[in-house]
Amino acid sequence: MSELVNTSTPQNWYLLLSTLLFSIGVMGVLIRRNAIIILMCIELMLNSVNLLLVSFSAYAGNTDGQVFVFFIMVVAAAEVAVGLALLVSIYRNLGSTDIDVLSKLKG
Amino acid sequence: MLAEILNLRKLIVPIVVLGLAVIFGLNLLDWNLNKSFFNDMLRVDNFSVAFGGLAIFATLLVLIMSGDYYQKEQGYISDFTAILIFILVGGLMMLSFANLTMLFLGVETLSIALYIMAGSRRFDIRSNEAGFKYFLMGSFASAFLLFGMALIFGTSGSFNIYAIAEYTANAQGNISPLFYTGMVLVIFAMLFKVSAAPFHFWAPDVYEGAPALITAYMSTLVKVVGFAALYKLLTVVFFYTSVKTGLILNIVAIATLLVGNLMALAQDNFKRLLAYSGISHAGYLMLLMMASQEQPTGALLFYGLGYVLSTLAAFAVAIPVFEAAGSEKIDAFNGLGKKQPLLAASLSMAMLGLAGIPPFVGFLGKYYIFTESLHAGFFYTTLIAIISSIIGVYYYFKVIVAMYGKPGNDQKVTFSFTYALVLALTLALSLYLGIRPGAILNIF
Repeated sequence: MSELVNTSTPQNWYLLLSTLLFSIGVMGVLIRRNAIIILMCIELMLNSVNLLLVSFSAYAGNTDGQVFVFFIMVVAAAEVAVGLALLVSIYRNLGSTDIDVLSKLKG
Repeated sequence: MLAEILNLRKLIVPIVVLGLAVIFGLNLLDWNLNKSFFNDMLRVDNFSVAFGGLAIFATLLVLIMSGDYYQKEQGYISDFTAILIFILVGGLMMLSFANLTMLFLGVETLSIALYIMAGSRRFDIRSNEAGFKYFLMGSFASAFLLFGMALIFGTSGSFNIYAIAEYTANAQGNISPLFYTGMVLVIFAMLFKVSAAPFHFWAPDVYEGAPALITAYMSTLVKVVGFAALYKLLTVVFFYTSVKTGLILNIVAIATLLVGNLMALAQDNFKRLLAYSGISHAGYLMLLMMASQEQPTGALLFYGLGYVLSTLAAFAVAIPVFEAAGSEKIDAFNGLGKKQPLLAASLSMAMLGLAGIPPFVGFLGKYYIFTESLHAGFFYTTLIAIISSIIGVYYYFKVIVAMYGKPGNDQKVTFSFTYALVLALTLALSLYLGIRPGAILNIF
């Protein structure tokens, strides 16, 4: 397994890269106001986890992590399908994809 | 779905209720089985059988009510039952996981189905908003769960929960800091799912916007299953390392108790009130999570059951009242004590059960929780819990005062047979367990 990756690259770099991507995703979810961009940022977070799992798995010579990545991909697809459906019905009712219009529930 | 094609919609609910009752029985037959399935992915043990039984029981009660709740929208009933079963399956996976993959899949099966349920009133903007808010927060938390799992996999080299526990036992004092980071991320994500403060902010909005029956299901099954999964994580996977999270869990417990009980004082919407009451109950259950080294499984099951029974009884009265009044405010209950004394008395019993007044099951549940947490040495946290449970009595009595003390209109509430059945079942069980707790408490 391990000959597939260039082991001269330290594993910490993969860890740093995926943590960085994950943090960008988190900041995007917290800062951006457009629902579609927030969805994309959540995808970025999930995919940074995928990268991390694949790198751990390749360095340890253990395929469990790579199988897990498939599970994540499938679940992410299902999640986005539901999220976009909800967003479409919001857009039909309110005519906007800005999350600031979602303010009916308060107190 | 098949029944829909054959135009047999009326039969769907009875058939599924019957099927679930059979599954409930089959589940109990697995007591003392202790066997792994699917290449060590799922493990059936007494823990999963007991909490699985509770989950199936709660689903059964909600399903019995759904026939009348969806009477006007017959087209939804087949989708509703199908998604309800999806949620149950996700919950059962969260209870019997032996591999972190199964925990993740269970959480997601449960959550994705719930996003649909919360947003299921397509033309009601409040329901849309509840569904979308829940979706955004939920998938945000799932990403943290995954990142934590990836770090745990990277340091321990396995997803199998027993292998991870073995790794932590063997590597005492020499565990990579990445493992602890992963552990804390996973615990945070689970705390989010059970709506413990400071991760609670989605709960009131979602509970208020979702259809009332879904709120009943969300506040009972999801919370109990979430706590059971967190408890399993703390007692099996992180048994040797969870000591390090003691301070975090302590802070979360105190914050949850205070936020839940203080915010509930100011609410005038009944569903929102129950949402904050649910947060405060999460606070009491957090005491058990802190004491998890002592393995208080019986107390957890007992309190979970008591909470499910009282909350479902409250919703069985509240849903028909909301429909008659066309409002979900506490004012909708005004004058109920005069026109329908039986209904008002039942709701009072449910409220007293939630507040923890004897002879109902809620009282003994709280009593055992406080005993366990004092036993584990958390004196000040227990003191805060006792004080906040006294605050809690005030807002539960607000509903009772509205029913008996305030004048209302003369409009009768139509109360159908299925709601009465659920109400009778839950209140009878609540009273019985409040007097003879041994049957559930000493089950393990």
